[in-house]
Amino acid sequence: MKSSVITFPGSNCDRDIHVALTKFGFINRLVWHNDNELPKSDLVVLPGGFSYGDYLRCGSMASKSKIMKSLINFAKSGGMVMGICNGFQILVETGLVPGVLLRNKYLEFICKNVFIKIQNKENLYFKNLNKDIFEFHIAHNEGNYFCTRDQLNEIEDNNQIAAYYCNINGKTDEKYNPNGSLKNIAGVFNKEKNVLGMMPHPERMIDQSLSGDDGALFFKNLINNIK
Amino acid sequence: MKISAIITLKKDVLDPQGKVIHQTLDGMGFKNVNELRQGKYFEIDVKEDDPKAAKEIVEDMCKKLLANLVIENYKIIEPQ
Repeated sequence: MKSSVITFPGSNCDRDIHVALTKFGFINRLVWHNDNELPKSDLVVLPGGFSYGDYLRCGSMASKSKIMKSLINFAKSGGMVMGICNGFQILVETGLVPGVLLRNKYLEFICKNVFIKIQNKENLYFKNLNKDIFEFHIAHNEGNYFCTRDQLNEIEDNNQIAAYYCNINGKTDEKYNPNGSLKNIAGVFNKEKNVLGMMPHPERMIDQSLSGDDGALFFKNLINNIK
Repeated sequence: MKISAIITLKKDVLDPQGKVIHQTLDGMGFKNVNELRQGKYFEIDVKEDDPKAAKEIVEDMCKKLLANLVIENYKIIEPQ
């Protein structure tokens, strides 16, 4: 299975996701944002980081990069695109997934492990996972998911909410909302579910001795789903 | 021709920075503030002499990059 990770000026999780994808069997390529064409890929990942120094709005500059034309075509023709953290911010700026990511409610950069509950498993990202609650890491300043009331109705009706912040038992209460996200939303899909944006970093949880292995479960399952 | 654009958060979007600035002003003794919202201001020198055309160019910029219309409004200020 082939994957590509796009590196923007200021990306800093591109190597981590490259290591994770490679560890679980993807043949991954790092692609420069200024390239015109995506290499042939089964999955494209927009990594975390601070593309373009978060100028103007997080992800806004990267969303207009040269490579994005090819990426948007790829996504619109059904290709799998996953944006993690800054990658999620880039995806909302392209309009591929609905909503925006605002500054965290309490104006703090948050760096900690959180639990998320997978809401929708009828897609290639989460299909066949044998549990619903995952411990992933978050590290962001602008992860406060927001969308208009109409958009919220639409994403709820179309099952586009991918995951909610919750506690270890899967309770999705405001208490377990780290950043003020609307309804505790941690990730959303596009309508067709081939594009996923989420704030948590599965690639930071791929080694039991370092952090945890919920990310390992996710990537092992992901490659099996794509095969 | 110089055109300015002001980007503000829409009314129902939380503005935590504006809130903190409001609180700080309050702490400094400025007790007469009802509400404070923070926004962005752009000065753009457009290579265009016709004010209408210049305004249209900046409007297009606002829609496509400078503002995110899910959460922000833009207002274009024509040269005096």
